[in-house]
Amino acid sequence: MKKIAKKTLMALAGLGVMMGAVSANAGPEEDRLKLVSHFKHKFPDLKQEDYVYSALAFDPDAKSQYNSIMEFPPYLGVLEKGEKMWKTPLKSGKTYADCLPNGGKMIAGNYPMFDNARGKVVTLEDAINDCRVANGEDPYKIGDDNTMGTLGAYMRTLSDGMKMNIKVEGEGALKAYEDGKRTFYQRAGQLNFSCGSCHVDNAGVRIRSELLSPVVGQAVHWPAFRGGDKLTTLQDRYEGCQKNVRHVNDKAGGARYNNLEYFHSYMSNGLEMKSSVFRK
Amino acid sequence: MRKRASIITGVLATLLAASAFAAETGKDIAFNRSKGNCLACHAMPTLPDAEQPGESGPPLIAMQARFPDKAVLRAKIWDATASNPQSFMPPMGKHQVLTEGEIDKVVEFLYGL
Ligand code: HEC
Ligand code: HEC
Repeated sequence: MKKIAKKTLMALAGLGVMMGAVSANAGPEEDRLKLVSHFKHKFPDLKQEDYVYSALAFDPDAKSQYNSIMEFPPYLGVLEKGEKMWKTPLKSGKTYADCLPNGGKMIAGNYPMFDNARGKVVTLEDAINDCRVANGEDPYKIGDDNTMGTLGAYMRTLSDGMKMNIKVEGEGALKAYEDGKRTFYQRAGQLNFSCGSCHVDNAGVRIRSELLSPVVGQAVHWPAFRGGDKLTTLQDRYEGCQKNVRHVNDKAGGARYNNLEYFHSYMSNGLEMKSSVFRK
Repeated sequence: MRKRASIITGVLATLLAASAFAAETGKDIAFNRSKGNCLACHAMPTLPDAEQPGESGPPLIAMQARFPDKAVLRAKIWDATASNPQSFMPPMGKHQVLTEGEIDKVVEFLYGL
């Protein structure tokens, strides 16, 4: 009797481990597909490739205004400055292109990635800083518009047209992904919102006059130049939303935002990157 | 000198705050973006100055008829998640977005809609 119970227990435990392993592997892709089908159901007319336009996809007038501004964007000067920075050799005499994978082209959609050796998420900005340090320079401050922001804005244009391609492989990666997912879905603050309250449950809905964008497609088009000239990185936007909804905000470059960006970018997998864009 | 100035500023601030509080109507509280901000999510179709309302919540109209029990209406505003755990609406009383007195004023205001 006792023996049977023990055997059953062990079998059950084994099953539990197996199921745990299966759902762990299926996790991120399952999460993404669930969201894609949620939105497909909600917005049957919206094509998958339109999600990159975020809230503009729901507002033809705003979209046509966007189109005309994008023909001659007011922020081209910043990109030119970034290009100069990109081409200027580092102290070692090497350039960023020598140091980054594939000459820095068509790689932005691979970031953030999980670095197993360091046991943490690495953003594209971290990769740029690694390059600087390896070539005798000081790292840039992650949230600084005049250095990292400007260089990043140009560098990201080299990945236009690449499809977002975030990978979550291995236990550490999954843990970081889950941490970002928790930040996204956990209600917090005085107003009791989660990011998902607005960008999943109420996507396509207006609060006041603002149309809420769906989370799918949000991560592919950074930086945005708000009002035409205010350089805004994706993590700046996290900070902005957290402040707006009275969450305790973090700072760009910290582990919490990096993990959030990891999860958040995965939800845009398969969509085309485009840098930079105008936002009002 | 410094001390006296700061006392005077303090007294002034208190007076100002008190008078603002006294003057604030239920409608002011409901419309104020850093207080109730009800228009972010609700239309108020009977009020012409309820401009650019959001659309995530139901229009606030015929409230007295729809909520004959005032306590039920108050409870909804105090914590919308009590009756609907998924609710998008902030728990105005439970999370002290509004004071109890402010909620009372808002309830009276809604009863006129
Ligand atoms: C109360 C609603 C609300 C909540 C909660 C909220 N946001 Fe937003 N968010 C907005 C609004 C409004 C905008 C501007 C319109 C738009 O693009 O959705 C916006 C824009 C964004 C954008 C830019 C979209 C684009 O393509 O330009 C991102 C990214 C974003 N939010 C992420 C987040 C994250 C991450 C959280 C959680 C920390 C969050 N938001 C919480 C309302 C919200
Ligand atoms: C962020 C959006 C949001 C804000 C801000 C908001 N509400 Fe709501 N409210 C909702 C949603 C969504 C519902 C419907 C879901 C539910 O019943 O919880 C709702 C439901 C209600 C209801 C029940 C309506 C009915 O017909 O059943 C009342 C009454 C109400 N809200 C009053 C208010 C008042 C008063 C304020 C301002 C103090 C306010 N709400 C602010 C989103 C909001």
